[in-house]
Amino acid sequence: MNSTNITKAAPHITQNEALIFERSQNGRKGYRLPPLDVDETPLDEIVPSNLRRDDDLEGLPEVSEVDVVRHFTRISTWNYSIDLGMYPLGSCTMKYNSRLNERVARIAGFANLHPLTPEEDAQGALQLIYELQESLSEITGLAGISLQPAAGAHGEMTGVMIIRAFIDARDGEVASANRRVMLIPDSAHGTNPASAHLSGFTVKTIRSTAEGLTDLEHLRELCSTGDVAGLMLTNPNTLGLFEKNIKEICKIVHDAGGLVYMDGANMNALVGVARPGDMGVDVIHLNLHKTFSTPHGGGGPGCGPCCCTKELEPFLPVPRVVLDGEKFRLDFDCPQSIGRVKAFFGNFGMMVRALAYIQTHGPDGLREATEAAVLNARYVARGLVSDYDKPFDAPPMHEVVFTDKRQSRKGVHTLDIAKRLIDYGFHPMTIYFPLIVQGAMLIEPTESVGRQELDQFIEAMHSIAREAVEDPETVINAPHTTRIGRLDEAAAARRPVLCWKPKEAASAA
Amino acid sequence: MANVPEDLHYSKDHEWIRVEGDVGTIGITDFAQNSLGDVVYVELPKVGEKFEAHESFGSVESVKAVSEIFTPVGGEIVEVNESLQDEPEKVNTDPYGDAWMIRIRMSNPGEVDSLLNAAEYEDFTKGEEE
Repeated sequence: MNSTNITKAAPHITQNEALIFERSQNGRKGYRLPPLDVDETPLDEIVPSNLRRDDDLEGLPEVSEVDVVRHFTRISTWNYSIDLGMYPLGSCTMKYNSRLNERVARIAGFANLHPLTPEEDAQGALQLIYELQESLSEITGLAGISLQPAAGAHGEMTGVMIIRAFIDARDGEVASANRRVMLIPDSAHGTNPASAHLSGFTVKTIRSTAEGLTDLEHLRELCSTGDVAGLMLTNPNTLGLFEKNIKEICKIVHDAGGLVYMDGANMNALVGVARPGDMGVDVIHLNLHKTFSTPHGGGGPGCGPCCCTKELEPFLPVPRVVLDGEKFRLDFDCPQSIGRVKAFFGNFGMMVRALAYIQTHGPDGLREATEAAVLNARYVARGLVSDYDKPFDAPPMHEVVFTDKRQSRKGVHTLDIAKRLIDYGFHPMTIYFPLIVQGAMLIEPTESVGRQELDQFIEAMHSIAREAVEDPETVINAPHTTRIGRLDEAAAARRPVLCWKPKEAASAA
Repeated sequence: MANVPEDLHYSKDHEWIRVEGDVGTIGITDFAQNSLGDVVYVELPKVGEKFEAHESFGSVESVKAVSEIFTPVGGEIVEVNESLQDEPEKVNTDPYGDAWMIRIRMSNPGEVDSLLNAAEYEDFTKGEEE
């Protein structure tokens, strides 16, 4: 029998899924209410008619419970996730989120605690926050800390606001108004200039050297004008290189009256080995959802603690969680504080997971994880250098940048290589970032993968490099094994279709 | 090979300027649009805003990244190409024509002299490609 010769009743679950709107059947419901056994109250007495819509929610899908469950369960199987395989997205530290952390976060006493519970009844939760503060303080070498910020960029902005408040207090509002320049290297994350701008600073860009490090001469020149409030630096930087002149960099900025903010996105290269506080950094944010293995994105909200020196501590957000004798309490009495940056205490569930991660590793384990993360990135660097252009010679830290320079001669670009990697079963690396590297491919394997998987990744990349020479069309048109092929990203961005319309309406429009 | 018209002046940030009297028309070069890839959004200033030379006056968003655009000369914006709001793709198809971005009344027309001519810019882009 010819298998193509059948009329399918429904698409197989591995195939594309219609929108839930397209499953809609007139009158179908996911609920049935019992008959009313009390007197009916006129609707107008509860909600006035001017506050009610009158279109009976027209256009919303009418579906049963099982329709909804099957629809979303099918779609959920399409995800590529950290639980399915290696996720080498540079600058994102997509490490494994351990089941133990999830289990601890679900302990009822933590999971069900109301944020308005009085201090004396929430001692356990406050102790957990306090202990995490102490641990992160030890890891960064910085005494002051707030766990309030909800994400990396939020922690960044908190840090920049602290710098501004400190300088206002130190110099007085009048003199401080003339110190409104934030220096940011050209390799920085885009959130750095955004945080500085939102906090009222003018951004000046520092060039990188041919070796991929901060240009000290340019930094000195920019610091000579007396208007520099601070420097925002990522270390290791976004090229995966350790800023080996970090002490000198901090000295130049400090001598010019500025403060040094470190973007802690790349802390996975440093934990347990080197401390920003010891390097001269004044303030840093961490990403618990990167370095400390709490879930990224859809898996859970983030947490971007802000850590600072003793000198900056009075400016941290309130309330602060402090130990008062034997009791933990919330301290609101910080007159110089920049104020609250988040409702309640931040994303508490992430703090539970992060402390579980830190305590299950212990100091030696944290160091070992860092060493493995760096070793894995160097293994990939060594493995790919024969086929791909590596723009910087220095050994990388926890991530390594390559370019498409060799492949682009055959018309195969970074985007094509990334799309082809999907056919080999891997999530693509970060592409076209950092901006200063043309055709950048930023690869961060993390410590969560073993040698076998690293070898598979390297072999996939070798294979793509071979295809780029022998059969470039295959790479240029990738992916081939997915539900849908290459999407027209330009059309999607230029003319996005954001709203579903019924077929008749869509064709009439 | 990128197109580099003879009658324009160029900046090292890959903008071009066409000078007519004390008004300069500014856009990004063919080399720039080619490096950026498909442009999906152009953010431009308002008429009347003032900029110093080399200051950022807007940004171009492509499928790869958002890049700032810098004015090669200082002055006041007298006209903005509104059509790029709806048709950003013109930056890819006609960077020196339909996709001009701003017209600026130059406060110091002498600043044009420090820019690159077509041959110098072509040499400069060859260096960038290395």
